[in-house]
Amino acid sequence: MATLPSVKNILVLDSEGKRVAVKYYTDDWPSVSSKLAFEKSVFTKTMKINARNEADIVMFDGHIVIFKFIQDLHFFVTGGDDENELILASVLQGFFDAVGTILRNNVEKRTALENLDLIYLCLDEVVDGGMILETDASVIADKVSSASGLEAMAPFSEQTLSQAFAVAREHFARSLLK
Amino acid sequence: MAQPMLKKDDDRDDEVDYHPFFGIEKGAVLQEARVFNDPQIDPRRCSQVITKVLYILNQGDTLTQIEGTEVFFSVTKLFQSKDPGLRRMMYLMIKELSPSAGEVIMVTSSLMKDMNSKTDMYRANAIRVLSRIIDGTILAQIERYLKQAIVDKNPVVASAALVSGIHLLQTSPEVVKRWSNEVQEAVQSRASLVQFHALALLYQIRQHDRLAVTKLVTSLTKGSVRSPLAQCLLIRYASQVIRESGANQAGERPHFDYLESCLRHKAEMVILEAARAITELSGVTSRELTPAITVLQLFLSSSKPVLRFAAVRTLNKVAMTHPLAVTNCNIDMESLISDSNRSIATLAITTLLKTGNESSVDRLMKQITNFMADIADEFKIVVVDAIRSLCLKFPLKYRSLMNFLSNILREEGGFEYKKAIVDSIVTLIRDIPEAKEIGLFHLCEFIEDCEFTYLSTQILHLMGNEGPRTSDPSKYIRYVYNRVILENATVRAAAVSTLAKFGALVDSLKPRIFVLLRRCLFDSDDEVRDRATLYLKVLGGEAVVGETEKETNEFLFGSFDIPLVNLEASLKNYEPSETPFDISSVPREVRSQPLAEKKAAGKKPTGPAGPTSGPVVSAIDAYEKSLSSIPEFAAFGKLFKSSAPVELTEAETEYAVSVVKHIYDGHVILQFNCSNTIPEQLLENVTVLIDASEAEDFAEVYTKPLRSLPYDSPGQTFVAFEKPDGVPAVGKFSNILKFIVKEVDPASGEVEEDGVEDEYQLEELEVTYADYMLKVPVSNFRNAWEGMDPESERVDEYGLGARESLAEAVNAVISILGMHPCEGTEVVANNSRSHTCLLSGVFIGNVKVLVRLSFGISGPKEVAMKLAVRSDDPDVSDRIHEIVASG
Repeated sequence: MATLPSVKNILVLDSEGKRVAVKYYTDDWPSVSSKLAFEKSVFTKTMKINARNEADIVMFDGHIVIFKFIQDLHFFVTGGDDENELILASVLQGFFDAVGTILRNNVEKRTALENLDLIYLCLDEVVDGGMILETDASVIADKVSSASGLEAMAPFSEQTLSQAFAVAREHFARSLLK
Repeated sequence: MAQPMLKKDDDRDDEVDYHPFFGIEKGAVLQEARVFNDPQIDPRRCSQVITKVLYILNQGDTLTQIEGTEVFFSVTKLFQSKDPGLRRMMYLMIKELSPSAGEVIMVTSSLMKDMNSKTDMYRANAIRVLSRIIDGTILAQIERYLKQAIVDKNPVVASAALVSGIHLLQTSPEVVKRWSNEVQEAVQSRASLVQFHALALLYQIRQHDRLAVTKLVTSLTKGSVRSPLAQCLLIRYASQVIRESGANQAGERPHFDYLESCLRHKAEMVILEAARAITELSGVTSRELTPAITVLQLFLSSSKPVLRFAAVRTLNKVAMTHPLAVTNCNIDMESLISDSNRSIATLAITTLLKTGNESSVDRLMKQITNFMADIADEFKIVVVDAIRSLCLKFPLKYRSLMNFLSNILREEGGFEYKKAIVDSIVTLIRDIPEAKEIGLFHLCEFIEDCEFTYLSTQILHLMGNEGPRTSDPSKYIRYVYNRVILENATVRAAAVSTLAKFGALVDSLKPRIFVLLRRCLFDSDDEVRDRATLYLKVLGGEAVVGETEKETNEFLFGSFDIPLVNLEASLKNYEPSETPFDISSVPREVRSQPLAEKKAAGKKPTGPAGPTSGPVVSAIDAYEKSLSSIPEFAAFGKLFKSSAPVELTEAETEYAVSVVKHIYDGHVILQFNCSNTIPEQLLENVTVLIDASEAEDFAEVYTKPLRSLPYDSPGQTFVAFEKPDGVPAVGKFSNILKFIVKEVDPASGEVEEDGVEDEYQLEELEVTYADYMLKVPVSNFRNAWEGMDPESERVDEYGLGARESLAEAVNAVISILGMHPCEGTEVVANNSRSHTCLLSGVFIGNVKVLVRLSFGISGPKEVAMKLAVRSDDPDVSDRIHEIVASG
C-alpha cells in the first residue's frame, strides 16, 4: 500500500539536550524513558554538527531525523527511514520559521519558554496525529497569532521597518545560498 | 516583542539561569487549576495555568486518573469564556487529556456549538478536537457538519475536516466512505494543502478497489494537481498502480511518462519522489533509469545536506541492483567522501565500493583508511559489510582488503563492530582459499587481546575446524593454549575443544596436545575439566565410542544439525519416564524466512545488519497433534513433513480454501482449510471431490467431511491417499468443493431447514518432489560434504535454456528441489556470470542429502548447470538427478 508521508515526532531541545517542547505522534517510543533515550541519542549524535544555516540530517535506528539549530535551541523532525527527506525538511522549515515569526526573530530558550503556549499551538498547527497539516510558515504563524489574542498587539504583517528589513535580508541571503 | 505571558521576575536579567518554569511542581499547579472554577474567569491567568499543566505533561509527568478527571471538568467550565486565546488552549488541553467516553459527553455539545460558530478558527479546531475524542455514535450526529466542512471555502476548515476524516477512517470506515463525493470535490481545491489532504483521504477510501485507484491516478496525472505534497502522493499512488499492473513486459509502462515529467517539476521534493519511484520500479531498464540518475547527480553537489543525503541514499540503493548505471556519478561521489555529514560520506563510500572496478580498489582503500578513524561504529559496520562484498567480487584483491580488515580489527571499537569485522574475515576465509592462512593468523592475533567472550569462542571453534588442515597446524597451538591460561571459563572450555580437534586430526601433534589437555584437568571450572577428561579418554583410546576412528570423531566433533529451538520445545514436552529422550524424534524442519530477511535488508541499507530472526518452532508439531487425534490417520505412522498452505481460491471470493499437504511414509493427507465469507449462508457436509486421474500412484482411502461451516469460522476437511511406501510419488489433483448450502438470516441467525446441494470449482493442486524434502540446514557445508561417502556422489550437467537471469535460474532449481540453501548461497551477486549454490535437506526415509550446484550463464542468457549430489543413499542421489531432469 502506498503510504501517506508521516512525521513521527517533533522535538525542541535546549543546548543541553533537555526538553523545551516535544510532541510524539507514533507508538515507536511507548514509554517516557524510551522517549528520553531517543532524545538523548538524537542530541548527542547531532550536537557537534553545525546546522545553523542549513538543515542537516542523520539516519539511525530506522529513523530519519532532520534538524536545525538556532541560538541555544535545537529543532528536530523525525520520520521513518523510507520517508521522502525533503518532505520532512519542509515540515521542519515550516515549523522553524513559524516559531521565528511568533517570537519575532528572537528565537532562544528563554523567549521560547516565556511563550511556551505559542510554541505548543504552533506544534499543534504543523502536524496533526502524524499527518502534515500545514508547512507554510506564515499560515502557521497567522493561525497561532489569531488564536492567541495577539491581534491586539501589532499583527505580524505590520512589523516595524527594521524587523521587515531583517527578514528580507535573511530571505535574500538564503536565496543567494541556494 | 510579544509580552511574556508568565510571571516575570524583576531581577531576572541578573540571573544567569532564569527559567520561567523553574521549580514547577505538579501538586501546586493542580492547586492553581482551581481558578478555572472561579465565577469570574480571568482568561490570561487561566491560559497561564493551562500552559503550566501542558508543560508538566510535556516534560513526561503524568496525571493520575482522578487528577485528570478533575482537571478535565474544571477546564470544561471555561467554555463560558469568549476569549479566543483561552479557547485555543482549552482545545489543546482537551486533546492532551484524552478523556474517557463518559467525560466526552460533557464537552461534545460545547464543541458542536463551536463547530458551527462563525469564527473559522473555532470551527477548524473544534472539528479536530471532536474527531479525536468521539466514538461512532456521536460521529453519526456530527457527520452532516463534517461533510459540509470538507467543502468549506476556508482551507483551514476544509483541511481540518479532511485530516479528521483520515483519522476517523481507522475507527469508522463505513461512515467516512460516504463522504466520497465531497472529498472528490475538495481534490479540485485551489488551496494546496486541502488538495493534499483530500487526495490522501480519497485514496484511502478507495485503496481496496484497484480499478478506482487506477482511474483516480489516470485522471489526476493529466495535470490538475498543483500542490507539491499532493504531487508526491500522486507519484506514490502511480507507482503503486504500476506495481500492481505487473507490467514487466517490454514496451510502455503505464504512467511512466508522468513519473518522468515529474523529474522536471520545480519543487525538489517532487523531483526526489519521482526519481526514487523510478529507481524502485521492478525490472527497471537502464534507459528508464538514466533521467532519474541525472537529476540525482545534480542533487549530489547541492549546498543542502538534506538534498545531498537523499540523493546519495537513493543512488546507493540503485548501486545494489544496477551498479553500472551509477558509475557516471563516481566523480561527484568521491568528493562526498570528505563531506562534513558523516552519513553522507558513509553512503558515498559504500556506493563507490559497489560500483568500483578492480583497479580502483587500492585507491579507495587508502581513502577509507583516513576516513574510518572519525566515524561512529554503526557507519563503520556498513563500510565493513561493503568491503566484504567487494572482496567476494574481486577475490584477487584479498590481500589488501584482508590487511585493511585486520588493521581496523586492532583499533578501538564496540562489540557489533568487531563482530562485523570477524564475520567478514570468516566469510573470506571460507570463500577464498588463498586467504585462509592469513585470515586465521589475523584472528589468532585478535583473540590474544579480545574482550568479547562470544567472539573468542567463535574464533576458537573456527580454528578447530580450519587450523588442522593448514600447512603448519602447530603454529596455532600456542595461541589456543594461551586462552586456556588467560581467559574466563567459557573461553577456556572452547579452547580445550579446539586443542582436542588438533589432537584428533593431526597425529604428529597428538602427544603434545595430550600434555596440554592433562594440565586442564586441574582447572577450577567443571565444564573445562569435563571436556578435557572426555577428550583425553576418548582420544587416548581408554573409552571406546563407535568402531572406527571416523565414528569417534563424529561423536566428538560432529555437527549438531537439529535446530536448538526445536530441541528446546521437545525437551520441554518430554516427561520423565522409562523411555529415554530420543533425540531423533526432534523435528528438523526449520521454517525459513528468506523473504522477511530480504525485506529487512533492503529496508535498512545503512543500518547494521540485524540478527536474522531465529526459526519459529515449527507448525509441524501442531499439525502432528491435530492429525494424530483423528483415529483414521493415527495408523499412518510418523508425520514426515507438512507443506505451507497453498491457496486454492482467489482472494476475496465466496469461499476461501487452502490446502496443506501432509506427507507420511506410505500416505499423503490433504488438509483443506475452508472458510465461508458469506454471512447469509451456512454450509454443511463439506467435502472436496478429488480427481486423481493425473496422479496414478495415489489411491484415495478416506475422506473426512466437515460437518458444518458457518460464516467466518474456518474448518477443515481431510482426504487421505495411499501411495507406495517410501516412494516420492508425484501427481496433479483437480478439486471440487461439494457442500449443502442453507440460507441464514444474518439478523436473527436462524437457519432454514432445507438446503441445496452445490459445488464450487477449486484450483488444481500438485504433489511435487519438493514435498518429500525437508529443509534441514547444516552448520558447515564443507565438513558435512566431506563427511559423506564420495561413492554416493552423482554428477551431471544440464542445460536450463534461456533464463531471465542467473538468480532466477538458481531460485527455480532451489524451489524444484525444496532444499535449504546453505551459507547464503541462494543470493546471486549482480551481473555475475557464474554462481555456486549449496543446498542441504533430508529426503523421505530420513536420507540426508547435500547438493552442490554450479551455474554458468552465456551471452544470450543460456544457463548451464552442473549438479553434484551426495547423500546417505546412492539411490537418492540418482533420484535427485531424476527430479532435476524432469523439472
